[in-house]
Amino acid sequence: MLRDTWLIFGRELRFSLRNPTWIVIQIMQPVLYLVLFGPLMEGIVASTPGFPPGDVWTIFTPALIVMIGFFGTAFVGFGLLADHRNGVFERLRVTPASRVALLLGKVGNNVLQAIVQAALLVGLAMLFFGLRAPLAGVLLSLLIAALLAATMASASYALALSLKSEHAFPALLNALLLPLLLLSGILLPITTGLAPDWLYALSRINPFSHIVEAERAAFRGDFTMDSLLTGSIVLLALAALTVFWGTRKFRRDDA
Amino acid sequence: MIKARGLARRFAARGRSVHAVDGIDIDVEEGELVGFLGPNGAGKTTTLRMLTTLLRPTQGEATVAGHDLLLDPAGVRRRIGYVAQGGATAPECPVADELELQGRLYGLSKNEARERGKTLVEQLDLGGLDRRPAGTLSGGQRRRLDIALGLIHRPGLVFFDEPTTGLDPQSRANLWEHIRRLRTEQDLTMFLTTHYLEEADSLCDRILVIDGGRIVAEGSPDALKAQVSGDGVVIGVEPQETTPTAEIVGVLDGASEVTVTGDLVRFRVPRGDLAMPELLRALDKAGIAMRSMQVHRPTLDDVFLSLTGRSLRDAEAKRATPGKEVAHVA
Repeated sequence: MLRDTWLIFGRELRFSLRNPTWIVIQIMQPVLYLVLFGPLMEGIVASTPGFPPGDVWTIFTPALIVMIGFFGTAFVGFGLLADHRNGVFERLRVTPASRVALLLGKVGNNVLQAIVQAALLVGLAMLFFGLRAPLAGVLLSLLIAALLAATMASASYALALSLKSEHAFPALLNALLLPLLLLSGILLPITTGLAPDWLYALSRINPFSHIVEAERAAFRGDFTMDSLLTGSIVLLALAALTVFWGTRKFRRDDA
Repeated sequence: MIKARGLARRFAARGRSVHAVDGIDIDVEEGELVGFLGPNGAGKTTTLRMLTTLLRPTQGEATVAGHDLLLDPAGVRRRIGYVAQGGATAPECPVADELELQGRLYGLSKNEARERGKTLVEQLDLGGLDRRPAGTLSGGQRRRLDIALGLIHRPGLVFFDEPTTGLDPQSRANLWEHIRRLRTEQDLTMFLTTHYLEEADSLCDRILVIDGGRIVAEGSPDALKAQVSGDGVVIGVEPQETTPTAEIVGVLDGASEVTVTGDLVRFRVPRGDLAMPELLRALDKAGIAMRSMQVHRPTLDDVFLSLTGRSLRDAEAKRATPGKEVAHVA
């Protein structure tokens, strides 16, 4: 199965590299947020009480890394629907290759892309905006981005296979992603100091807000149980669940 | 090579259960080229997907290429090749890369996969196209690439789903040639589905006729055609003269299945060429002027007509009924 996963991973990676424009478009979104939105936050963070500790870049950069793992990966199911339409998916399913490997090879490529993009973003923030973060924190944040990408990619593939419609898939995805994004405090942190109680309560229910907070703690160099535990558990549980969902979908006889 | 018993597949469609395939038996011997003929929606693709492990039968059992379909699907996959209906390549992927990946997924080493890919590219007249993205190939070339992908691991048994659908007549004839040649060169057993009568007729040793999820007839194209008694004759007369014409035809020696549609009278007769002079004389005597006449040897369409009461071409046209096959292929 490892060999099959590696082969599929290689195929997916070659596809990605063959379309560098697509990679640039994908990385542009978080970079634009960093450059065109980040500076606005600078004054707001300084003059408004209630923000989490740290300066604006240690608050905002980790949020953008979550965004890469979250948004950048959420739509990968489209590629699978294309494979399904042009018969590649079925062709691969008739080979003796492990069907789980068909999923994991794809997810592996998505994870790699998220890590590269996140590293690039951190580099930019450090070079041009004076972001200071401990190396261990940055590495941990990349690990979080990787797990998040694996989660979102698996979920995206599983959802695409459930719907098998190139119309329904983006519609449902958009309907799910926007509230999840807003309630995760990526753009403006949802803290007790800033948000009304009901909004804060809602954001607690959203698993992704805990992941954003863990990511921010990593950037501050705050490795205490208190700040990392919830986010890590939530992320590991989500990753395990979605990968399980994805493998189940890929294994099904009539997927 | 294939032995299936009572293979069936039900789908739930809008709350009720539909039998796409309703308990069929299939036997294919080594080296045979067997065709599965029927209109769209008859259950051909569903059967093929079951035999190739893509779809689990709801009932029945089968042994394919020496492995049990239900107990050892991975064993079946290793031994069979499958050439799907809608193609099987990513448009942006170069020909050689698709072949190499496919070979390696079947356990070949990188070099073996490349060598085998090169051989197949030559055998299927795709020489010089290795580096081209699959999407830039012509329809016929792409079908040949699909076939190369299905043969990369030297399977003993290959399934083709509608191999020439969507091809122009010339590419179709060309693909038939390739299929015939590969079969003898590589010692293959082949099982193909088609709704083209000509294809079943010219390519297959044996045909299974499927309609409404059941096999309604089985035999060599010639044997099937021999089941239909005699030649088909169609004569055209003035519309008001169809009834007397039908009466005259009815008393003709050996004539049967007389039907009238519009200004055409159709019937069957053992020897059309011998019956014509007598018919002409009789019509002349009755003062009926014949406007057109056609005599044809029995075709597989006649077989289908006599088995199911409708012509394969009509069945094709009526296929708008929301379907069994349509639902899951989408």
